[in-house]
Amino acid sequence: MSTPPFKIKPYGPAALLLEWPNRVDEDILMDILGFRSHLLQQRLLEPEWELIPVYHSLTIINRNDPAAIRDLIQLLPQWHESLPIEHKPETQYWEIPVCYEISLAPDLLEVSEKLGLQPQQVVEAHTAQPYRVYGIGFLPGFLYLGGVPEALKLERRAEPRLHVEKGSVGLAGAQTGIYPQVSPGGWHIIGNCPVPLFTPDRNPPCVVAPGDQIRFRAVEKAEYDLHKLESEIGIYNYKTGHSSA
Amino acid sequence: MLKVQHPGFYTSIQDLGRFGYRHLGVPVSGATDQSAAKRSNALLENDPNDAVLEITMNGPNLEFTKPTYIVLCGAPLEASLDGVALEMNQIYQVSEGAVFTSGHVREGLRTYLSVKGGFQSDLKLGSRSQFYPITPGNTLKKGAEVPYNPNTEFDPKLLKIKSHHPSRNIKITVTPGPEYELFENDYINELFTKRYEVSKNHNRMACQLEPSLPAHQIRIITSATLPGTVQITPSGRLIILLRDGQTTGGYPRILQLDAKSQDRIGQMQFGDVIGFENIG
Repeated sequence: MSTPPFKIKPYGPAALLLEWPNRVDEDILMDILGFRSHLLQQRLLEPEWELIPVYHSLTIINRNDPAAIRDLIQLLPQWHESLPIEHKPETQYWEIPVCYEISLAPDLLEVSEKLGLQPQQVVEAHTAQPYRVYGIGFLPGFLYLGGVPEALKLERRAEPRLHVEKGSVGLAGAQTGIYPQVSPGGWHIIGNCPVPLFTPDRNPPCVVAPGDQIRFRAVEKAEYDLHKLESEIGIYNYKTGHSSA
Repeated sequence: MLKVQHPGFYTSIQDLGRFGYRHLGVPVSGATDQSAAKRSNALLENDPNDAVLEITMNGPNLEFTKPTYIVLCGAPLEASLDGVALEMNQIYQVSEGAVFTSGHVREGLRTYLSVKGGFQSDLKLGSRSQFYPITPGNTLKKGAEVPYNPNTEFDPKLLKIKSHHPSRNIKITVTPGPEYELFENDYINELFTKRYEVSKNHNRMACQLEPSLPAHQIRIITSATLPGTVQITPSGRLIILLRDGQTTGGYPRILQLDAKSQDRIGQMQFGDVIGFENIG
């Protein structure tokens, strides 16, 4: 049997951590998500198991049966080897509206200055490419997005804000993201997204899943207000399409 | 209906937790001292997952508009029902309109109040545990009403169990966390020989310890965290994640608490002293 691409580490009595090579890499993410969907679709693991993919790791939890966790140490490498070659997970492509007007973007001018760009160039650079969802965490529905262009990389704010508005679109380091709820936060806020990415009364509560791609589309304040209203009364249609990945 | 006349310091509805949504960033929540919550349900012959009130430090005043039976477990609480002092771990019949009043916990931190059949607040993503934004708030506010099914015909097998005082044993049993092996032997020795105080930063999300260990250079890519995961920040601060803790984190996970020790930490007050014992 060939060596699996992951190391298995014990993680308390009820969980195992599977770690792929230590880097942020789309191929690694796709292997993790393909393996995860294989485990669930083939019912190799029953639905009460929880599988949490983030960046280069997959955490597998069974809170009811610690013995079953130990058995997996032998089984997981075999199961990974039995993965069909074409096991790419299904991913979706989402277009997410963002309004970058100054009233909703308290840090856009400062960010532009720090990056040596015009505000319009920051918006163009931020909306020019899709971002890959490497996982969801920190807050319910907070997407870890990869693929921020070099031109937009900058340190996080020296002083975190105690109150970042819901929907705020932030930029920090090599990361960008949307605050799904009011929260403290240290990222630079360059816009606001009018549509919720996490709705507790829906199932699943998140429209976006790990592995998906999202692309921001700049909208005027009038369109922002319209989508906000549509979301509030439950008629907003999330724009989607199948991604190339 | 349970009517909240005064909510106390931090009172919330909790069951054993909300499972199956961690990959979307939703913490499991649920009772911080799971064994105390289960004990209160067991006495009333409830399902272990039935929703109870988790009372923290300073208790609520409550009116029961329908007859039922109640039990208090966990941290001993000064409490009375229509003026009659209540003992812990004992079933009391509650008549229509009875008023429950309470004061401070005498030791430990969290008391569990269960009713026959459990509280019937709305299920959100499979659980009744309060956690914003899954539920409208994190705690019960003054004037809140929580439904339960009235009962006058319960014939308990056991009226009282021997008092289980919350254990405030100094020893917190742990297994190595995923990044444990990246730390030098000297660092690990210090981790286990040091004694720590529970800091003021102790809530349902996390419990921070003092003093810190030395600063370190171990960096990781964000990965999943669990209730009971001990994170260590670059400056050496130890943070024990609890039931409402975030589902992912970017700090090294140096240790993992077992279930019993998570219950124990949930009963620790500011200034309590602990040490780690490796059972891995």
